[in-house]
Amino acid sequence: MNTNHYEVIIIGGGPAGLTAGIYLSRARVKTLILNEGTIGGQMVLTHEIANYPGVESVSGYQLSNIMKRQALSFGCEIRSNISIKEFNLSQKVKSFVISDGTTYTGDAVIIATGGRSRTLGVPGEDLLKGRGISYCATCDGDFFTDKEIVVVGGGNSALEEAVSLTKYASKVTIIHQFDHFQAFEHAIAEAKSNPKIIFVMESTITAFYGEERLESVGIKNLKTDETINFKTDGAFIFIGYVPNTEFLKERVNLNQWGEIVVGPDMSTDIEGVFAGGDSITKRYRQVTTAVSDGTIAALSASAYINELKKSTRI
Amino acid sequence: MLYTNLKHIESAAQYNKILSENENVMVICGRMGPMCIPVYGIAEELEGEYKHVQFFDMEFDNPESYVIRNLPEVRGFMGIPFTIYYKNGVIVKATSSIQSRDMITAILDKEFGAPNKG
Repeated sequence: MNTNHYEVIIIGGGPAGLTAGIYLSRARVKTLILNEGTIGGQMVLTHEIANYPGVESVSGYQLSNIMKRQALSFGCEIRSNISIKEFNLSQKVKSFVISDGTTYTGDAVIIATGGRSRTLGVPGEDLLKGRGISYCATCDGDFFTDKEIVVVGGGNSALEEAVSLTKYASKVTIIHQFDHFQAFEHAIAEAKSNPKIIFVMESTITAFYGEERLESVGIKNLKTDETINFKTDGAFIFIGYVPNTEFLKERVNLNQWGEIVVGPDMSTDIEGVFAGGDSITKRYRQVTTAVSDGTIAALSASAYINELKKSTRI
Repeated sequence: MLYTNLKHIESAAQYNKILSENENVMVICGRMGPMCIPVYGIAEELEGEYKHVQFFDMEFDNPESYVIRNLPEVRGFMGIPFTIYYKNGVIVKATSSIQSRDMITAILDKEFGAPNKG
């Protein structure tokens, strides 16, 4: 018997993947979670979760560890911090080859790869990450005490974090590509009433400059096409999330934003392949909705496995 | 307090003792935040694999962490965690902010040698 064969392989160890792992393992379905990053996904990055029903307040890190322990306790196997080198979803038996060369096969697959912070992808960004460029105000805000910084973005995260960064920075310049913000009214009002915040609208960052640390950014005015070199000590980037589905292009049906198209039972366009969590097409992305998706995907995958067993017996 | 499964360094004296007694050391100096937790998680997993390397963490806000915060190698760092790699007590590499498993193993393999899989 091939010990690397599982009834269900789950790709992703965030709340959707872990929930699916808990449900399937508890139902005695041989299950493996393959996870490219740290278990917990974006949930682990949340300082406090206060709206998860039944739990008054918990850190994302703690909730991730509880879910992981729950899944392991039912016999779910987890391999994290791996990368998938090759995979095949179109055959009846699905397969994945990971970075150390191990091949895993499964009768059904649940894709729960989640999303990640969008980066600008402009010159200098990779080089100066951690040297003036940050994606986390609560982590790195205090490095910018009495310094002048820019915040890139126009959604709730950008405006709320810009306000929180005024606790440290002497001046915060919000750079946004449109002439209006996408954030909620209260977030816009709070940012606009803060005397430390100024706004550069209809503009975008073209490059980050600096040797040992960030020294300036190129800002292009999208109306006039004029680009200026703007001196700054730091840049915080909050421009939304992208689904982790690039590797599925032309393999699974994705919509125009790269989100996986699923049915009400979380099935994709490929037989035996289900999906859930932040990587699917849906309106609201919360830990609770990911948990719901994971449950539905697990029950659907379980039903699929049972049908498969029945048809094999016949 | 760092809620990780890594060994914690809590004082400058302990830090100096560890560096004087171990050939290959990795110290992650951070907080329980989004950029740090993934790095602790990777180090926890690598501990079993890289048995010739000693992995530690140190709380960034512990006053004793000046031993890391004041290193010339971290000048210009403006993102936690500060991750420092030591060979016989000498710094061979230092990184700032979140790192991937591939980035970390590339440094470990280069500076300390790949783990013996045999």
